[in-house]
Amino acid sequence: MSFQPVKFYQTGTFTVGNRLLAPDERSVQAGQQRSNAINSGHRACQGCGEALGARYAIDAAMAASGGKLIAANATGCLEVFSTPYPESSWQLPWIHSLFGNAAAVATGIAAALKVKGKQDVRVVAQGGDGGTTDIGFGCLSGMFERNDDVLYICYDNQGYMNTGVQRSSATPPAARTATTMPLGPEPGNVFGQGKNVPEIAMAHGIPYVATATVADLRDLEYKVNKAMSLHGARYLHVFVPCPLGWGTASHDTIRMARLAKETGMFPVFEAEQGEVTSVLKIRHRLPVEEYLKPQRRFAHLFGKNAHPEIIERLQAIADRNIRKYGLLDEEGK
Amino acid sequence: MLKQTEGSHAVAEAVALCRPEVICAYPISPQTHIVEALGQMVKSGELTPCEFINVESEFAAMSVAIGSSAAGARTYTATASQGLLFMAEAVYNASGLGLPIVMTVANRAIGAPINIWNDHSDSLSQRDSGWMQLFAETNQEAVDLHIQAFRLAEELSMPIMVCMDGFILTHAFERIDIPEPAQVDVYLPAFEPRQMLDPAEPVSIGAMVGPEAFMEVRYLAHAKQMQALELIPQYAGEFKQVFGRDSGGLVRPYRIEDADTVIIAMGSVLGTIKDVVDEMRAEGHKIGVLGIISYRPFPLQAVRAALANCKRFLVLEKSLAVGMGGILATDVRMAVTGSGLKGFTAIAGLGGRPIPKASLHPLFCRAEQEDLPPVTFVDLDEAAVNKQLERERLNRRSGPIAENILHDKGVISAKFG
Amino acid sequence: MFQIRIHGRGGQGVVTATEMLSIAAFEEGRHAQAFPSFGSERTGAPVVAFCRIDDKEIRLREPIMQPDALIIQDPTLLHQIDVFAGLKPEGYVLINTSHSFEDIGLGEFAATHKASHLAALPATEIGLKHIGRPIPNVPLLGGFAALSGLIKLESVVLAINEKFSGKVAEGNVAAATEAYERVRAQMKGGAHA
Repeated sequence: MSFQPVKFYQTGTFTVGNRLLAPDERSVQAGQQRSNAINSGHRACQGCGEALGARYAIDAAMAASGGKLIAANATGCLEVFSTPYPESSWQLPWIHSLFGNAAAVATGIAAALKVKGKQDVRVVAQGGDGGTTDIGFGCLSGMFERNDDVLYICYDNQGYMNTGVQRSSATPPAARTATTMPLGPEPGNVFGQGKNVPEIAMAHGIPYVATATVADLRDLEYKVNKAMSLHGARYLHVFVPCPLGWGTASHDTIRMARLAKETGMFPVFEAEQGEVTSVLKIRHRLPVEEYLKPQRRFAHLFGKNAHPEIIERLQAIADRNIRKYGLLDEEGK
Repeated sequence: MLKQTEGSHAVAEAVALCRPEVICAYPISPQTHIVEALGQMVKSGELTPCEFINVESEFAAMSVAIGSSAAGARTYTATASQGLLFMAEAVYNASGLGLPIVMTVANRAIGAPINIWNDHSDSLSQRDSGWMQLFAETNQEAVDLHIQAFRLAEELSMPIMVCMDGFILTHAFERIDIPEPAQVDVYLPAFEPRQMLDPAEPVSIGAMVGPEAFMEVRYLAHAKQMQALELIPQYAGEFKQVFGRDSGGLVRPYRIEDADTVIIAMGSVLGTIKDVVDEMRAEGHKIGVLGIISYRPFPLQAVRAALANCKRFLVLEKSLAVGMGGILATDVRMAVTGSGLKGFTAIAGLGGRPIPKASLHPLFCRAEQEDLPPVTFVDLDEAAVNKQLERERLNRRSGPIAENILHDKGVISAKFG
Repeated sequence: MFQIRIHGRGGQGVVTATEMLSIAAFEEGRHAQAFPSFGSERTGAPVVAFCRIDDKEIRLREPIMQPDALIIQDPTLLHQIDVFAGLKPEGYVLINTSHSFEDIGLGEFAATHKASHLAALPATEIGLKHIGRPIPNVPLLGGFAALSGLIKLESVVLAINEKFSGKVAEGNVAAATEAYERVRAQMKGGAHA
């Protein structure tokens, strides 16, 4: 019998792995002690990547801070679905102020805690990509620049889903949104726009910047933990597929996140003081079509009036990510 | 202690005596001297414990203030003009959340055209934001109102603006009695928040509220300002007991007992008006003054009572409701609804235009004669206005208005007065 | 009420001068109000600042349009703006210059104005000598105390010590004192430089 190495590639979430691990090595989310910081009963869509990401991230941060955590939340899906008046899913002190100021509100909370000598209480700010990369960007950059003691988590679903799927500066090229329709010679979102906030965060020279996806729970928890072990401004950018906005099946959320990483469309890495310190390698390289095809927002690239040249340009983006971040290991798979 | 000092510096000292725990600062003229002085006090250790945060915008200033106030810290910031407008969304948010932030507004005009000088357009634009607004007549009052403001804000859990005329007060050096720390500690109790972000007792603040409860939440903001109508005179009275000075309150009447004509205004121009009124009294005119200190809440009853025995009033205001007339005047007219009083509005001092006695004297005489249009623009250069209107009639592409007016007037920066 | 207007250029300490003047008056137990003309602060640009002194509370907030006294920190302003605008008939005028009123084109003005209310003072030189910088504001305050008798030199010294400390304060006190003496000598001589 030949030796067969087991790769838990089929799940990506390592839920199988948990059962094989010693209890103290298991993920926070697998343990009964998890805080359920965002409790069940919220109004997120079926298969919501953001709900999943927030649950993983905040429970991990709660575990890391011994339950002494305060959250500031930007306006957006997460805020709306978690606090349908008069109910709240949040089991930690939580404040929502505005769309564009979560980072600044968190700065204020951290300042108050510092002046009151309660530095054992930690502060997290969270928002979607619109609240982070667009309208909240000024406050975010200010918080980074002052190196305020805040962990900011961006749940990136690549568009304004709460308002009905419009383009944000995190929407990928060619994607259909309500404001980038698949019409004309360049259907969907245009190429050559958008901003890479993890890299901009790194340019601030802050202690810690990392990206993660909801496909790799262990990696996400590790990065939250790592971030919580540090002080100063920290930024975590979590890739969270949106079944509603992307036109994907609700059971495919984790698969879509995994495909984004495995195609190179979303590089997963961490950086300290502006320097990349590790990347999550691609395990099984796939062409971008594998990632694009299941999504209705890219449907205009396939079928009768297919646009193979646009797919090629998207592949070029993935290839550049792979080169730039060294996402393939030496075997070059 | 009596001091000859700058208004801004005196206000900074008063704010420091209130022991703020978080101060957010963003530079905008003419409030900068206040936060500069506070920054110095924090840096030197004179004001401690206090976090002084140099933010990247006024929007961030108010947002940081929201965070720190919600986390239970006594919070202060200052702004003016464009800065107040830039933070407007967070201004409404702070009051909607019921956070007792105290903010100085060094009143300044709003552009375009860009203008750094004093009028009341900025804070009056936030009239309905849910913030209380108190207007200081002198630097002494600005100092005293800040101490009262922290108490009022924290008792009601609502934010408050202390408004002082930019440059005219902020940059004026005059005799000011700076309160003793012990007096302030007697007058202002420690901040006990009504709501607080606290892991020991987790609450959600800022949840989405639908049609089923929104009106009640908004009504409560109104109800709190109605409570403030009771508290403002009460706190001014207690202030006098501790500090021995009349400062604050809802309105301040001056020589109105037997006045047929009452001039109504807010802020530092009241000083000039009182000088004119004294001169006119000496000439036998039956004229008085009513200063409005509390603009929000607006003291409808107090104003109505103060005007009960007069025959006519003139509201002189440093603000303009474009397309309508007066902003303050509208509120005053609301106060006297049904009284049959004759009321006039005078718009003066926009963008720092001086309001000299020489212009007020004839204006008040005409008001006395009821020889004024409903709205008068004091010292308006009608020739310059007409020239521009004519230009617009003649040319489709008449060009930028402000630059045309400047060109016509030949204004140079060296002009003074 | 006595009203003083100071003309100078950004960087010459015009605003500081009115503030110190108000402090000096305060030290004498009087009410004083100093305020700038509220322009954008740029080095070299014409700057105006005002000071009112009275024995009772000052409520008036208009700019000073009819000054009782003028202090002109930079004579080159004479060609640029109407510094004498509104000056009261027997108002005091103190000009920073090492020349005579005639030399700087004010001969006609000086001939018709009350002579004992005019003085010229080389304040920039005095500033350089004692403070090491060409800042004329404090020497002019010393000179103004001598010219007008409105405030005492000792009050100016108190104001200097409130605004400055150490060597700078010492230098300014020396400068104000020399300026005071010079103007007094000038007035005794009955001529303006």
